[in-house]
Amino acid sequence: MQQYFELFYIFFKIGLFSFGGGLVMLPLIFQEIQAFNIMPTQEFSNLVALSQMTPGPIAVNAATYVGDKYAGILGAIFATIGVSLPSFLIIIMIARFLNKFKENQMVQGVLLGIRPATIGLLGSAVIFLSETSIFNEGFYSFEMMENPLKYISVPSLFIFALILFLSYRFKIGPILLTVIGGIIGVIII
Amino acid sequence: MKNLLNYWRLFSVFFKIGCSTFGGGIAMIPLIQREVVDHKKWAKEEEMIEYLAIAQSVPGVVAINSSIFVGNKVSGISGAFFAVLGVTLPAVVSILLILAFLSGLENNVYVEKIFSGIRAATVALVLITAIKMGKIILKGKVAYLIAVTAFVIIVIFNISAAWAILTGGVVGFLVYFFSKRRKG
Repeated sequence: MQQYFELFYIFFKIGLFSFGGGLVMLPLIFQEIQAFNIMPTQEFSNLVALSQMTPGPIAVNAATYVGDKYAGILGAIFATIGVSLPSFLIIIMIARFLNKFKENQMVQGVLLGIRPATIGLLGSAVIFLSETSIFNEGFYSFEMMENPLKYISVPSLFIFALILFLSYRFKIGPILLTVIGGIIGVIII
Repeated sequence: MKNLLNYWRLFSVFFKIGCSTFGGGIAMIPLIQREVVDHKKWAKEEEMIEYLAIAQSVPGVVAINSSIFVGNKVSGISGAFFAVLGVTLPAVVSILLILAFLSGLENNVYVEKIFSGIRAATVALVLITAIKMGKIILKGKVAYLIAVTAFVIIVIFNISAAWAILTGGVVGFLVYFFSKRRKG
């Protein structure tokens, strides 16, 4: 029973502090997974990949993934309710005072400050994700600078660079790019 | 009876929206607009633009936030409930199915390789999103400062990302407060 409440609490918090869409909540999810020791951090990258490839909001995909891994289907349901409930309370309240909300300069000012912070969150998600894919342990360490090949997975680095190139050169969408990453992974890793 | 029919319609329209959007967020906005405004006429164009703008600026998932707005408008809080149920169900079911399928293949060497490749691709995809959104949102020195501070708080000091969001909110408030004082 306790794990259901834990999941609910964790994802309620994540729902409450996630501004600007699914990927922004990744660092929050990562930190909570670490703090509560819910699953190995390497699985975090799998979670992100599957969430991007499956239908629906990334946040709900992620909540289901973590919940199911930690406490089965009921866990998935508790996590999903947790991540949606803040939205429910906030939107129902705003809908009631719609005009006041729009005209409230202070609220708009606060929201204007939060928006750039979400970019910092996305940047940190890139670091967390690279730690479990492109880099092995020892990221940021002096050992890595002395002996980079031991700590960097060259095939992964190649796939990373290739996907960046394909996205900018040919404007391919994220789902197809993820599939391409998987196929090249089988061949060269 | 009329209520039941509305609940069913809300559920099924948002179920459809939940099924056909991958990656979520901004990608589902055109679809929500088409279904809610053009097909079902649940909200006027201007209303929907307003809902979507608010849905993006407050906490929570954009798709869930806008489904609550629309559901609540059509038939109150229970309407909102059925809209949310519709938009989340495809996400929950698809992940549960994939996890059930993968649990039999946990130590398969090919699955492991596929995921190694996918993980590397994901880093690139999130970086691309960060750059794209950064270009839109980061205007002016204060915005850059907030973004870098948030990054440092999380990555270097390993403090909860919630604090990074709160810091941004406080800076936004201070900017508002002092610009108002200067004017007044």
